[in-house]
Amino acid sequence: MAVDKDMNVLIVDDYNTMLRIIKNLLKQLGFNNVDEATDGTMAFEKVKQKTYGLIISDWNMEPMTGIEFLRLVRGSGEVYKDTPFIMITAESKTENVVAAKQAGVNNYIVKPFNAETLKTKISTVLGEFD
Amino acid sequence: MTMSDAAPKKTDSTYEKDQVVQIINSVISKVGGTGDLSRDAIFKELGDLKKIIEDARAEMRQAGASDIKGKHIPTATDELDEVVKATAEATGTIMDACDVIQEKAGAAGGENGDAIGAEVMKIYEACSFQDITGQRITKVVTSLKAIEEKVDNLMAVLGGASSGAAASAVSEDARTGDEALLNGPQMPDQAMGQEDIDDLLSELFD
Repeated sequence: MAVDKDMNVLIVDDYNTMLRIIKNLLKQLGFNNVDEATDGTMAFEKVKQKTYGLIISDWNMEPMTGIEFLRLVRGSGEVYKDTPFIMITAESKTENVVAAKQAGVNNYIVKPFNAETLKTKISTVLGEFD
Repeated sequence: MTMSDAAPKKTDSTYEKDQVVQIINSVISKVGGTGDLSRDAIFKELGDLKKIIEDARAEMRQAGASDIKGKHIPTATDELDEVVKATAEATGTIMDACDVIQEKAGAAGGENGDAIGAEVMKIYEACSFQDITGQRITKVVTSLKAIEEKVDNLMAVLGGASSGAAASAVSEDARTGDEALLNGPQMPDQAMGQEDIDDLLSELFD
């Protein structure tokens, strides 16, 4: 199944640099409906107001971390029960990956990453690109 | 031989290993013992302890411990904050330029336009250094604050001024739960790469 590039995508990172990088990479991949948030609290407010087809989030943020945000998303009802959620983070310990999986993550990208890795992981959770 | 027979001896500016503990044990055994209690002997040993503490305080003054807490560490953390700010601004400028180049390359089109666009993407990817270095610097700042706390506590114990401001800093080793999972970038020789993480995830999803 081809990826629906018109879907709403939410990217969450406390570094403006990373938001710009991810947004640019997504734009190159054809995603234009991209919203941004700088921590889990702001992101969850957006999730309550709009339905997203893909969420890409950093882990290490304040006041709400990415994994807390992920748990909230997964616990917020049927709409977000299976929404693809990719964690992009510098946290690269085994226990982090295990904890993210237990919280319901669909894929995990370790920083620094490149456009190809992002594309591959999005394909893994959403389907093949045209 | 009692400890009072062996006055504290300094070796290379430090006291012999366990000497303080030996003196304290000696005092405790005398006070708790059933034999004749020699006040003079206990006073002598307490005097030895007092001398060790006074010497330690003098050494801390000489080492500029209050400067470490009051000046060097705050200066270092301020400098590091500035590094983060400056790299963030520089990265923003680089990406602004990339946006313009990307737009022009897109408008130009053709083989050259595509090639320029691809190279600009690489610049974008490389700009993620700012996030990684920022997190590493934050870890260094946390370590400096932990050192500040130790110096603060040491000064308090030895009679120096203590603001107590650093006392609330959380020891990294004491963290549990989600907090213990926040460690930022690992050193390259300890970090899992994307392939390792992919393998681990595959196992977890099986």
